[in-house]
Amino acid sequence: MADSQPTAAERFVNGILPENPIFRQILGTCPTLAVTNGVKAALTMAGAVAFVLVCSNLLVSLIRPLLKPHLRILVFTLTIAAFVTIADRLLAAYMYDMSKQLGPYIPLIIVNCIIIARCEICASKQGPLPALGDALGQSLGFLLALTAMASVREILGAGTWLGLTVLATKENGGWFDPWSIMLLPPGAFLVFGLLMGAVNWYSARASKPVGPA
Amino acid sequence: MKYLLDAWLVIVLGIFFGGTLAFVHTTLDARIKKNQLDETLSQIPSLVPGACRGEKVEVPGLTVFKGLREDGATSGWVIQARGQGFADTIQVLIGVDAKADAITGLYVLEQKETPGLGDNITKETWREQFKGKGTAEPLSAVVAAPSGHQVKAVTGATISSVSVCGIVNAAVAKFRERLAELEKR
Repeated sequence: MADSQPTAAERFVNGILPENPIFRQILGTCPTLAVTNGVKAALTMAGAVAFVLVCSNLLVSLIRPLLKPHLRILVFTLTIAAFVTIADRLLAAYMYDMSKQLGPYIPLIIVNCIIIARCEICASKQGPLPALGDALGQSLGFLLALTAMASVREILGAGTWLGLTVLATKENGGWFDPWSIMLLPPGAFLVFGLLMGAVNWYSARASKPVGPA
Repeated sequence: MKYLLDAWLVIVLGIFFGGTLAFVHTTLDARIKKNQLDETLSQIPSLVPGACRGEKVEVPGLTVFKGLREDGATSGWVIQARGQGFADTIQVLIGVDAKADAITGLYVLEQKETPGLGDNITKETWREQFKGKGTAEPLSAVVAAPSGHQVKAVTGATISSVSVCGIVNAAVAKFRERLAELEKR
């Protein structure tokens, strides 16, 4: 079994683009659409997911000899829920404003499919080191995808990036009329579709496929 | 019995995580409560003219803060109230003068209204309309130019606007009933 499984380094690299959770696996789209109207919210969400993913992957990897096939999903969910609750409380205590802004989306990480998928695909089959590499790679892929989405939406929707003015809006005496649709749900779908198209176009060019793509 | 033996890991993990979460809760709860209280107290000077600090007062069924002047005299009250909005519960702070005859300020403490539409209820330009409104008659949100006991609803967010007015009306009415006994203390 060990021979056919990717190593820690391979797992890490795969998470960034070849198996990017958002643009390739199309998992975890709920936070991708819902909290990317500002870069700061997106970074906080990515940080919370990274914390939960690393902790859950490590713990599941360590207890993997004890897992029973018919109870594994229950164990994964229990583990994830515990770490999400810790992340939620930590945010409320140390980043109160962000916690207020993200509202229900932090507790909703419990049902984020990226994490349960990594527990099932990697952590329940491999040792702690590949599981850690996998968690870090997938978290980085998620972070990059969320930041890309949020950058487009915040710049076009509010004229700012991470709260810093990029395009001076009319409200503040500039010329730019913000596209408020970018901050609304339709903007999320538009940007998501366009970015996914761009990623696919890029990888199709980068690796000339032999068979049908 | 076999099921129970199979599930031992789930049970052990459940107990372990339960203990961990209890520890996290006891460690962080005081800090979280303090964050919420700090936000409320920091808003009191902007909600009650002349107040430089706030003090929580016990009123059955209501969360009320007394706005105090520098010399310790009461310059007004801040009522913390909540109610259903368009998406989720809206929590607001309402500033009223010492006799609760007029509203002196409004602040939205917590809301999950539609980004870009309903969440405009948090903007100062909208909240300012509440300043100076009398409390004898209930407020209503209207689409056309507002007059007297009316405020202009946020464009595209009538439900959020009406909800805020409803929360304010209910809380102020309740507070006015209690004010007489508060002043006696």
